[in-house]
Amino acid sequence: MYNIKARGVLIEGNKRYHDITRDVTNPLLSKTTPTWWWIAAFISSAMLVWGIWGFYNTIVVGTGTWGLNNSVSWGWAIINFVWWIGIGHAGTAFSIFLLVLHQKWRTSINRAAEAMTIFAVMAAGMFPLIHMGRIWDGFFVFPYPNTRGPLWDNFNSPLFWDVMAISTYLTASFLFWYVGMMPDFASIRERTVSKIKKRIYGILSFGWLGSARGWLRFESAALLMGGLTAPLVVSVHSIVAMDFAAGVVPGWHSTIFPPFFVVGAIFSGFAMVLTMMIIVRKVYKYEEYVTQRHLDAIARVLTFVSLIMGVAYISEIFVAWYSDSPYEMFVFFKNRAVGEYSFEFWAMIIFNAIVPQLFWFKKIRKNITIVFIISILINIGMWYERFVIVITSLSKTWLPSTWHGYSPTITEIAIYVGTIGFFVFGILLFLRFLPMMASSELKGILKETSIVTENTENHE
Amino acid sequence: MEKKYWQSLEVYKEMKKNTASDKEAMPEFSIDGLDESEVKGKSSRRDFLKMMGFSVGAVALVSSCQMPVRKAIPLLNRPQELIPGVPNYYASTFYDGDEYCSILVKTRESRPIKIEGNDRSPISQRGTSARVQASVLNLYDDARLKGPVKSGKQNDWKTIDKDIKAKLETLKTDDKEVILMTSTIISPTTRKLIGDFVKSYPNVKWIQYDSLPMSAMRNANEANFGKAVIPFYHFENADVMVGFNADFLGTWLMPVTFTRQFSKGRKLKDGQTKMSRLYQFETNMSLTGSNADYRYQIKPSEEAAVLLKLYNVLAKKTGNTVFGSPSVKTDVNTAARDLLKAKGKSLVVSGTNDLQIQLIVNAINNLLGNYGNTIDLSTPINLKQGQESEMMQAMSSIQSGKAGGILFYNVNPVYDCVHKDNLVKALKKLPLKVSFAATMDETAQLCDYVCPDNNYLESWNDAEPVQGFYSFAQPTIRPIFDTRQFQDSLLSWLGAEQSFTDYLEKNWEKSLFPKQKDFTSFNKFWFKCKQDGVYSFAAKDGPQPSYKGVRLKAGKPMENTLELALYEKISMGTGKYANNPWLQEMPDPVTTATWDNYVTISPAFAKMQGLEQEDVVKINGKLVLPVLIQPGQAEGTIGIAIGYGRNHAGKVGDGVGKSVYGLMNVTNGTKNLLGTVVAMKKTSNTYPLALTQTHHVMEGRPIVRETVLGSFIKNPAAGNEEHEKFLKSEDFSLYPEPKFEAFQWGLSIDLNSCTGCSNCLISCQAENNVAVVGKDQVKRGRIMHWLRMDRYYSEMDDNPEVFHMPVMCQQCDNAPCENVCPVAATTHSDEGLNQMAYNRCIGTRYCMNNCPYKVRRFNWYEYVNNNSFDYNMNSELGKLVLNPDVTVRQRGVVEKCTFCVQRIQEKKLEAKADNRELRDGEILTACQQSCPADAIQFGNLLDKKSAVSKSNDTGRMYHLLESLHTLPSTSYLTKVRNKEA
Repeated sequence: MYNIKARGVLIEGNKRYHDITRDVTNPLLSKTTPTWWWIAAFISSAMLVWGIWGFYNTIVVGTGTWGLNNSVSWGWAIINFVWWIGIGHAGTAFSIFLLVLHQKWRTSINRAAEAMTIFAVMAAGMFPLIHMGRIWDGFFVFPYPNTRGPLWDNFNSPLFWDVMAISTYLTASFLFWYVGMMPDFASIRERTVSKIKKRIYGILSFGWLGSARGWLRFESAALLMGGLTAPLVVSVHSIVAMDFAAGVVPGWHSTIFPPFFVVGAIFSGFAMVLTMMIIVRKVYKYEEYVTQRHLDAIARVLTFVSLIMGVAYISEIFVAWYSDSPYEMFVFFKNRAVGEYSFEFWAMIIFNAIVPQLFWFKKIRKNITIVFIISILINIGMWYERFVIVITSLSKTWLPSTWHGYSPTITEIAIYVGTIGFFVFGILLFLRFLPMMASSELKGILKETSIVTENTENHE
Repeated sequence: MEKKYWQSLEVYKEMKKNTASDKEAMPEFSIDGLDESEVKGKSSRRDFLKMMGFSVGAVALVSSCQMPVRKAIPLLNRPQELIPGVPNYYASTFYDGDEYCSILVKTRESRPIKIEGNDRSPISQRGTSARVQASVLNLYDDARLKGPVKSGKQNDWKTIDKDIKAKLETLKTDDKEVILMTSTIISPTTRKLIGDFVKSYPNVKWIQYDSLPMSAMRNANEANFGKAVIPFYHFENADVMVGFNADFLGTWLMPVTFTRQFSKGRKLKDGQTKMSRLYQFETNMSLTGSNADYRYQIKPSEEAAVLLKLYNVLAKKTGNTVFGSPSVKTDVNTAARDLLKAKGKSLVVSGTNDLQIQLIVNAINNLLGNYGNTIDLSTPINLKQGQESEMMQAMSSIQSGKAGGILFYNVNPVYDCVHKDNLVKALKKLPLKVSFAATMDETAQLCDYVCPDNNYLESWNDAEPVQGFYSFAQPTIRPIFDTRQFQDSLLSWLGAEQSFTDYLEKNWEKSLFPKQKDFTSFNKFWFKCKQDGVYSFAAKDGPQPSYKGVRLKAGKPMENTLELALYEKISMGTGKYANNPWLQEMPDPVTTATWDNYVTISPAFAKMQGLEQEDVVKINGKLVLPVLIQPGQAEGTIGIAIGYGRNHAGKVGDGVGKSVYGLMNVTNGTKNLLGTVVAMKKTSNTYPLALTQTHHVMEGRPIVRETVLGSFIKNPAAGNEEHEKFLKSEDFSLYPEPKFEAFQWGLSIDLNSCTGCSNCLISCQAENNVAVVGKDQVKRGRIMHWLRMDRYYSEMDDNPEVFHMPVMCQQCDNAPCENVCPVAATTHSDEGLNQMAYNRCIGTRYCMNNCPYKVRRFNWYEYVNNNSFDYNMNSELGKLVLNPDVTVRQRGVVEKCTFCVQRIQEKKLEAKADNRELRDGEILTACQQSCPADAIQFGNLLDKKSAVSKSNDTGRMYHLLESLHTLPSTSYLTKVRNKEA
C-alpha cells in the first residue's frame, strides 16, 4: 500500500474529484488556443514540411541523395529509427511495467507517455519506409499470397520480424491508449457546450456511459491489453537489436544486444517523458498533478537504468577484449575509443553512463532546470549510442580496403528534423484535443494518496 | 455553347445536318486512317462500339502506360549466321597506334558487345588489356563524327573527295610538299597502299609520329647491331629480370604479351619450385615496380649512372672493359650477382627514351649473353617506328612554307606534341589540312577537312606487330555512320575503283600467299586467315646479328633539383581514350585514383613540404594539379600522368585532368617522359581526388597472405598458417551444411600470378553492364564495379611492398547476406551461387552491411537514361554496347558479381543440346577469359580433376576472411615473393 506519510502525496493542492475533471477537460473545452501553441505548431509544422521535402527528394531522385556509400549503407535513417523506437518505449513501459509494479504515481503521466509512444513509433516507422531503395515495392515484406512462385519472405531475417514487431506494437499501443481515453472522451462529451465537439467526442467515446458494467469491462479490457502488450515492450527492441546482433559486422555481432537495447529504449523513453512532462506541467500549470515527486521518481529510475547502461558498455568492451578477435578489438579499442568517431563514442559514455549519476544527489533531483538539461543530454547520448553502433562499426569492417567514412546530407537531416516536427506537432494536437491525463485513474488514487481535508466530495 | 455527345451515328448524322458548321460538336474520339465517308457510311452500333472500344483503348494505352511501346520486327530474310540470342564471334585485331592485341569480337544481333583475347595468337594469346576491353565502347561513342566535315560543317563524301583531289593535284603541280602524318603503321597492306599513294603523289612525304616514341632503342640497336629495330623479348625465359623505368606489365610496348610471359616464369603450379626474380629500378611506383621482388628508387638523372655502375660491376667480374662513371649510392651488387648467376637467362630493359641508356642496356645484355635467349633481334617488334627527327623535319618544312598540305591519320599532335604551339601557328599557313580522326579532336578542329575513319570494329585491316606474324581485322558491324576507312579514302583519291577490302585481299594473294606452303588455294588460305584472325610464317631462327661495342658514358646525376617523371596510366595511355567512361572510371591499380591526373609525391617529401593529399600545387608557375601521396616515389622526384587535359575529346573526357605533354624532356632530339627539372609551389587550394581506397595497409590482418620462395620450397603452406588454424577449428553451424549434387562453382585466384593490371575490371564491366557513376560518386564511395582491385602497402612508408588483390563476390556457401534479406531477394542456388533476384530486391541494403567483403553494390540513382549520369547508358548509341544477357539494374536495387551466371547457363545449355557432359574449362568467366596472367581458374569444385580443384589443392589455398566461416567458393593462392626472407 502506498504510504503517504513516508512518500508524500501524489496529487497536491487538496483536489476534489470535480477539480480533476475540470483540470483535465478545461484545456480541451476552452475556445481560445494559447499563443505558445500556435507558435509551437507553426515551428513544428515547418519542420515537418522540410521533412516532407526530404521524403520527396529521396523518393524522386534516389537514395543517392543521402550520404551513404557501398561500405556504410545504413546511416542516419537507421540511427533515427532506433532512436525513435527507443523513445516510443516510454508509454508502454510506464503503463505496463509501473502498473504491474503497483506504482501509483504513473497515473498522471501514463496517458501522455502513451501518446508519445504512438507518435514516436510512427516517426520511427517512417525511416524503414523511406530507407528502402524501392519504396514502391515495399509491400514485398508482407507475407501475402502471391503469384511469384518461391519468392516468399525470408523468416530468417530480423528485418522481416522487425516489420512485424513494429506494426504489432503500434497497433497494440494505439488500442491501449485509445481504450484508456474512452471514459475521458465521455466526460468531455458531457461537459462541452459546442455541438460539434459533442458529436466528435461522442463518437470517440463509443457511447461510454460510465455504468458499473462498463467500468467492469473497461477494467478487464485494460488488464488484458496490458498483459498482451507487456511482452511487446521487450520484443520490439529485442528484434531491433537483432537487426544488428544477427550481422557479422564487428561491433554488431553481440549477444548482449537484445537486453541492452531494451534497457536503452526504456532509458531514452523515460528521459523523453521527463523532458516532455517538465514542459507540459509548466505550460498547463499541472504542477499539482505532475509533482516534484513524480520527477524525482523518474530521475531515480533513470539513475538505475543508467547504471545498467554503464555495465552494458563495460561488458561490451570486456567481451571485445576477451574474444581475442583482432577485428572486435579494433572496433572497440581503436576505432571507437580513439578513432575518427571518438567524440561520438565518448559523448555516448558520458551522457548515458556518467551524467545521470548526478541524480544520486537530492539537490540535483530537486533542481528542475538541471533535471531538464540532463534529460535532454540523455536523449542526445542515446542518439550517439545508435550512431556509434551503426556508423563506427560499418565504416571500418573486415577489409581495410573497403573502409569509408560517412557524413549525412541535407536530405537526411531534413528527414530527421521532419520527424521531430511530426512528433512535436502530433503531441501538440494531442494536448489540444485529447485528454492528457486519465481522470478516472487520477480519481482512483486521489483518496489514498492525497490528504483530502474536506469531506464534501463531488462525484462526477 | 454546350457540348453535345452523339449516342449513335444516326443521331450524329442528324446533328451534323443541323449544325454542319459546328465543329465543336464533333466527337472527341476518332480513328486515324478512317476517312469521313467511311464513318458516314453504313455503320452499325457494333461498329460504333468497336470504334469506341478502340478509341478508349488507344487513349488509355497512350496516356496510362509509362513504358513506351517498342516494336521488334523479325527479320524477313534472316541472314544464315544470325540467330537472335546466339552470339557470333569474329576474329579481329586491335591496334590503336600504340598497342596491339589479337581479339575475338562477340556480336549479338549484329552488334559488337564484348572483346575477348584470341588464343590463336602466339603473341597476345588469350589476354587483353583494359584498354582493349574498353575499346568496344569507342564504337558507340557519341563524339564520333557522323560524316565527313568541311570547314566545320558536315558535308558529303563526293564534294570532299573532289575538293581534296583538286587540292592534291594543285599541290602536286606546284611541287609543294604534302605531309602524311600517321601513327606507327603495322599493317603491311596499308604500308603498301601508302607507298602507292606516294607513287602517284610524289610530293607526299609520309612520316610516322608516336606521342611516346622509342627511337633511342632503335638507334641504339642500329649502333650496336646495325639494325634499327625493337627486339622481341622473352620474359618467360629470364630467371632474373632487371627493369629500369620500364613498366612492361602495365604500359610499356606490349604489356599483354609481357604480362603473360612474366607470369609464366612465376607460376608455382604442379609442385614447381622455380620462379623468376624481378628487380625494378624506377622513379614512380609503377605496376611493374609494385610486382617487383626488389625495388629501388632512382631519380631519372641517376638512371644512366646506375646502369653504368651495374655494367661496370658485371664487366669487372667477367673481365670486360670498364667505363668511368659518376658515383651513385644505389646498390646494384645484389642485382649484379643474380644477373651473373643467370647468364643467358636474364634480361635487362629500360623504358627510357635515351640513347646513352639504351646503349648501356644493350651492353649489359650482350655481356650476359641474353641475345638469342631472352632477346630476339631476328623477329623484331614493329610497334613504335616514329622518329622525332622526321617530325622535326616536317615541322620545319611547314614553317618554311615548303609544305602545302598535311594529312593526319590516327595522330593528334595538336594535343600531344611537345611543340604544339609552333605546330598550331605553322598549320594556319597550310592550304590543305585533312584529318582522318573519328572525332573532332584537337587536331581535327584545326583542319579544313575531316574524313572520319571507321572504327576498327567496322574495318578491314591486317597487322604485323612482330615480324613474320600477321593478325587480321575484319568488320563486325556495318559502319554506323557515314564514315569511311582511311585506306578507302586514300584509294578514292588515287582514283582507284576498288575498295580496301579487295586491295587487302589482292595484296595478300600477290605478295604474302606465295610465301606460305600450307595452302594451295588462296581462297582456303584467306578463309583460314579470316577465321583464325592470325597467321604466322615459320619463324626463322636466324643467328643474332653480332654486337659492336660503343663507348658508354653516363651524365652526372643532378642534385638538389626536383625532377619530373611523367608516366602513362594503364587506363588512359596517351589520351586517346579520354572520352571512354569505362577507362576514366577505372581506378589506377597503384594509386586507386579515378577521373584525374595528379602529382605523386613521396610521403617524406610531403612531410617536408607540409603537403597533404589533395593540396593543390603549382608546377613551373603554370600547371595547377592536386597532390597524391605515393609511397615508393623516389626522393627528389614527382610524377604526373600524361593523357589527361583533353579539350576536344567529347562530353566525358573534356576537362578531365591537365595535359602535361609540354613538360616532356626533349634532349638530343629525343622525347623522354623522364627528367624534366621543375619547380613546385604549394598553393592554398585543395582539389578533391576520387580514390576508391582510402586506407592502404592491412592492419595486420591475414588478407593477402604471402611468403618468400625459400620458405615456400621448405613448406608449400608457408605464410598460410591461418588456414591451418581454420582447418583445425571446430566446424560448427546452426544452419545445415550446404550440399551440392552436380555442380559447385568455384573460382581460384593466384595472387602470385595476378599483377593487378585491372583488365578484369573492365572485362567485367563490359560483360555485366556495370554502370559508370562519375567522379563525384566515386569520391562518395559508390563505384559500381563488381570486381575491384584492392591494393595494399606493407606500410605507408617510403619503400613499401605492394599487394594487389582482385575481390569480387566470394559466393559464400554460408553467406551472411542471404539470411538477412527480408524478402529473400538473394538466395543460394543449388550450384553454390549466391544469386540476386533484382526484381525482388527492395533495397534495404542489409545484405551490403552484412557482406564482410563489401562486394555488393547499390544503385543509388537511376544510372540509365539519367542526364546526371551522362555516360554511355544515357545515350541511344552508347546503350548498344549493353549485353542483352544481363539485366540492366534499376534504381534502388543491390547488385553484385554472379560468377557470370549467364555464361554458365549458356555453356550448360550448349552441353545439354549436344547431349554431353559439361567439359572443365568450357565455362570462362569474363574476368578469367581475358586475364593476361592466367591468374584466375573457374570450374566445378565437386570435380576433383577440374582446373579449379587442382589449383585449390595446394598448401597455398585459402579463403578470404575464412575465420568468419562464410565458406566462400572463391579461393586465393598465397603470394610468393622471390626474395631473401
